[in-house]
Amino acid sequence: MSNVWWITRRELIHYLRSPLGYVIITIALIIDGLLFNAVAVGPQQRLSSVVLQDFFWCASGTTMAASIFIAMRLIAEERQTGTLTLLATSPIRDWQIVLGKFAGAMVLLAVMNALTLYMPLLLMLNGKISVGHLVAGYLGLMLIGAAAVSLGLLCSSLAPNQLIAAIAGTGVVLVFILLWILARLTTPPLEDVLAYLSIHDKHFRPFQKGLVSVSDVVFYVTLSYVALLAATRALEARRWRG
Amino acid sequence: MIVLDKVSKYYGERAAVRDASFSIQAGEVVGLLGLNGAGKTTTLKMLAGVLLPTAGRITVDGIDLMTNVDAVRARIGFLPEVPPLYPEMRVAEYLTFVAHIKGLKNDVAGHVDTAIADTDLGDVRNEFIGTLSNGFQRRVGIAQALVHRPALIVLDEPTAGLDPKQMVHMRALIRKLKERHTVLVSSHILNEIEHTCDRLIVIDRGRIAAMGTEAELAGSVSGATSIVVEIRGARGAFEAAVRQSGVVAKTAIDREEDGIIVATLELSTDARETLAQALVGAGLGLRRMERVQLELESIFLTLTGNRAQSAAA
Repeated sequence: MSNVWWITRRELIHYLRSPLGYVIITIALIIDGLLFNAVAVGPQQRLSSVVLQDFFWCASGTTMAASIFIAMRLIAEERQTGTLTLLATSPIRDWQIVLGKFAGAMVLLAVMNALTLYMPLLLMLNGKISVGHLVAGYLGLMLIGAAAVSLGLLCSSLAPNQLIAAIAGTGVVLVFILLWILARLTTPPLEDVLAYLSIHDKHFRPFQKGLVSVSDVVFYVTLSYVALLAATRALEARRWRG
Repeated sequence: MIVLDKVSKYYGERAAVRDASFSIQAGEVVGLLGLNGAGKTTTLKMLAGVLLPTAGRITVDGIDLMTNVDAVRARIGFLPEVPPLYPEMRVAEYLTFVAHIKGLKNDVAGHVDTAIADTDLGDVRNEFIGTLSNGFQRRVGIAQALVHRPALIVLDEPTAGLDPKQMVHMRALIRKLKERHTVLVSSHILNEIEHTCDRLIVIDRGRIAAMGTEAELAGSVSGATSIVVEIRGARGAFEAAVRQSGVVAKTAIDREEDGIIVATLELSTDARETLAQALVGAGLGLRRMERVQLELESIFLTLTGNRAQSAAA
């Protein structure tokens, strides 16, 4: 596991010393703040728990968007700059590279989400919300973020550059978000399958309400695992294709 | 130590390397010479484990690349044409990272210090890599290739993009590496190879065209021995003696002045003793006799069927 740690550490150094991490976090926080004020709090008086639900709904969008931009560079940038060769000539496994990069991205995502905590804390001071609701919501944000990072990382491992990785990542995540619309246009059993695969509609809403369901956790973990596994295979395949 | 046995690499239908076979012994500095697109980088990438061969076998210290790629990677240090550097990292920090992912567990700091000393990076060890000059960045690239003290160091076009002064430093550095490592250097710059390598491998259109020392390659190319003689005596007597020796295929008088004749003779075999006896036996004063080495450039042009000239034109 030490190889995974060293890859993660290098990713964190990159985020700390380059503008990308700061830019993504700053933009996400500004959008989160604006949405919190305009959508979640709003002009009408509402229950704190409802405001918190809307906050998590908005934050899930910015989390997914930030995840794609964080993930776009993970492999594609290494390929563009030639540093992937350093990793490819080292006695480390491709899964260690993928896992290390995923972990680095998740740390950045965790920092970003932690910096939004002041908004629920304001609700806590001025209203009444449960810690359980808060924990469940943030767990949901990290899980949906993990799934988006994994899908973005897969696109990054396949794309020749960061721009294409970002475009492909956005497209793939959008498809997973909009599957619920497609589900409504189809009939069972396809409707059930598509609805189940919808990354946000079916699986995030319980977290938004403060509910943690094992099946939703399993869904996000499985989706992340499959995407990371595919990214690993994509890296391996490049050794054969050249 | 390193053996390539009928190694091929195909990109789709196109063969980048075809049936390449050669071996490199420990302690050698070997030059891989070829035109751009000849297959040098693909060969080096296969050796370093970046690419896997489509066919054939690569072994390093008897370990098969295909069955134990990690063990082979641990024995090789690779500097690609574009050094794999992270500009936001400091030199020592970067080398520490490389040492760890190369599998070093003990005395990482000692390895990093040695690599920095070997590549004369002491003055910039705490500088950000992105702020260094091209020459220093190349040195950092070499330092990452040797930080885990591999048996073989593979350098792909190590002087590409360097100014003349930096090139001289780089050549000196490569010669220094020979003290502790086996080195394989690829280049299309003949001067670079000529000054740094013990042995050459010429690759042309994905195939190994020739290999050996510069002298061996010259011999294989010309198929004859060219010698320059300087004699004192009459031209007629010289020409008669040359004819009588029976070993000279072609004669060219380069200079004739004050009874001294300088001529270049082409011998079908290296029969310099027979020629010397014939000249002295004819009463001529033999002042000088030396073998003419073909310039590496001429050898290379012949081996690559003069495509190098057309490519340059």
